[in-house]
Amino acid sequence: MKLLVVEDDRETALYLAKGLSESGYTVDRAVDGREGLFLATCGSYDAIVLDRMLPGMDGLAMLGALRAAGTSTPALILSALGSVDDRVKGLRAGGDDYLVKPFAFSELLARLEALLRRGAVTAATTKLRVADLELDLLTRTVRRRDKPIEVLPREFRLLEYLMRNAGHVVTRTMLLEHVWDYHFDPQTNVIDVHVSRLRQKIDKSFDSPLLHTVRGAGYCLRAPEPSAPR
Amino acid sequence: MMAEKLLLPASASWTAPRHVFGNAQRLFRTHAFRLAALYFLVFAASVLGVLLFLYWTSADFVERQTEATLDAEITGLAEQYAQRGLSGLVQIIAARSAGDRGDGMLYLVTDPDGEPLAGNLAGWPAGVPVRSGRLSFTTAARVKDRIETHPAQGASFIIPGNYRLLVGRDISDATAFRNRVKTTLLWAGLVALGVGLLGGTAMSRNLLRRVEQVNRTSERVMAGNLSDRVPLDGTSDEFDQLAANLNRMLDQIERLMTAMREVTDDVAHDLKTPLSRLRVRLELALLGPTDGSGQTDAIRSAIDEADRLLATFNALLSIAELESGTRREESEPLDLSEVARSAAELYEPVAEEKGFVFSLATQPGVRVRGSRHLLSQALANLLDNALKYAGGGEIQIRVLRGNGRAILEVADRGLGIPEADRETVFDRFVRLEPSRSTAGNGLGLSLVRAVMRRHRGTVELFDNRPGLRVRLELPELPA
Repeated sequence: MKLLVVEDDRETALYLAKGLSESGYTVDRAVDGREGLFLATCGSYDAIVLDRMLPGMDGLAMLGALRAAGTSTPALILSALGSVDDRVKGLRAGGDDYLVKPFAFSELLARLEALLRRGAVTAATTKLRVADLELDLLTRTVRRRDKPIEVLPREFRLLEYLMRNAGHVVTRTMLLEHVWDYHFDPQTNVIDVHVSRLRQKIDKSFDSPLLHTVRGAGYCLRAPEPSAPR
Repeated sequence: MMAEKLLLPASASWTAPRHVFGNAQRLFRTHAFRLAALYFLVFAASVLGVLLFLYWTSADFVERQTEATLDAEITGLAEQYAQRGLSGLVQIIAARSAGDRGDGMLYLVTDPDGEPLAGNLAGWPAGVPVRSGRLSFTTAARVKDRIETHPAQGASFIIPGNYRLLVGRDISDATAFRNRVKTTLLWAGLVALGVGLLGGTAMSRNLLRRVEQVNRTSERVMAGNLSDRVPLDGTSDEFDQLAANLNRMLDQIERLMTAMREVTDDVAHDLKTPLSRLRVRLELALLGPTDGSGQTDAIRSAIDEADRLLATFNALLSIAELESGTRREESEPLDLSEVARSAAELYEPVAEEKGFVFSLATQPGVRVRGSRHLLSQALANLLDNALKYAGGGEIQIRVLRGNGRAILEVADRGLGIPEADRETVFDRFVRLEPSRSTAGNGLGLSLVRAVMRRHRGTVELFDNRPGLRVRLELPELPA
């Protein structure tokens, strides 16, 4: 997987490149909008991480030019501007996700992975499946090992989001944004309780747990590895 | 050196007139001066026009009167002549000339040699040609004891047989009248122009004074005296309106500056402590054993500390942006019950977990205009507070309407907030718990208040007997 990081701050760019390389990506760097646009149009990248404020051509202008040229590489915008209005502007300009600085690297990684997957799974699916857990989007029912599981509407959406990102970490912020459409962090651990209730329903009476807590990052729904004893 | 010393006084004496000249030039360039000059010119032109009209009509009137009298006299004499011939004419003229009738009429009939036959003129006036026609001449008239030369106007006729007839009128009264009119109008004009000049000057001075007030105030404000305001006349004219608008603008600027200063102070006070704590923690980690596990813990706690700092910093920034009005949020018509229901649904599990009973009571159709994001965040802050400080019991969310206002209430059964502290809790970083053992930054209610102000609403705290009842009020959107 090849990524392009467009960031004018050297320190941040180095830290991003280092972190992403360690996570298994090939990373190219550009220091301004013009260079970024040039690289993004020529090279074939799987995703772009883009600072909003860049010297010369700013991030949104670069993205606009890129989209106008017909390049649809998924782009994640990094910005110090965090109001909902700024976010909407960024997404309208052609961004696929928006992350407010300062951010945790784990958050960036989780979002980037979600973006990369979004490109892959485009076919309309009516059923999501992880191991023996099955979610039917049409009848809005959940079954595990063919046993129906009763879930509340919000729990259904929570599970749907987790299953669409199965095998990958989703952060609490991502859940708040995508399941509740809230763009702020509550001081109480509201998400944890929702997740643990869902876990009660889908994991409790089964021997192999699917929904895992990833310490310091968020949650991950994944099929049990055949060899793992847990 | 010498030359310089010699030149100095000369150049000093030169600056004075130039300064005066400069002042005059500046005066000419002012709008007030130009306005006053224009005012004066228009005023002078109209006064001049009126006076000239008056002069011409009154002078003309007197002249026409003289003409009419003369014409009537000539017509009368012509009739007499036609009926009674020359002798009759002489008789009539002799009769009319007898004594001073005071009407200023002058008559003379002479024979072909110019010898008077009848009339009140001593002889054919000097310099007047002998022919039929209109003429102007002078006549000697006795006024009391003196003989004066008076102007006269008339007509002469050559009667068959070369006799001559002269009918005239002394127009000294008319001329005197015309002169008096002229003098009167001249004085009137001078007085009017004087008044106009004074009026124009007064007007321009008044204008200049009020502009100067605005100028002086803005200079003082720029010099740092932010609380200075433009004085109002109380006339509510355009200048008063301008001054009032400027004052409102200054109010706004002052408010923003104060808010900014407060934020800076807050940052200095409340971010320094955790920053130094963070630094100490990292320093200790560096000093400690490098075997790994201890350091990892230290780094982890440092990251937590940094996250808390960032959260505080972001909250502070949000409040400042909301209060200064620089933050733009899309505002849309919202169902307040929907906002409440959504937040309640998010918080209910955690509330139950902590031993609270959650209840939601909503009146249908309470609509407001605002930002769903901000209102949800305000409500979330209130719920966070209730969960943190109430300890247990019921948490009630209510949506209702009252007096055309939309009301959103969060009530708990905790200890409540003493009456005396109900204002101060809205200030930044104020936490009533002395030990500060509960997690939090003391910005929750400040943000709630900033959000409510942005929505032209209010936030008030009440005693829930027991517990705290927080009431958010904002304008209801008509259905």
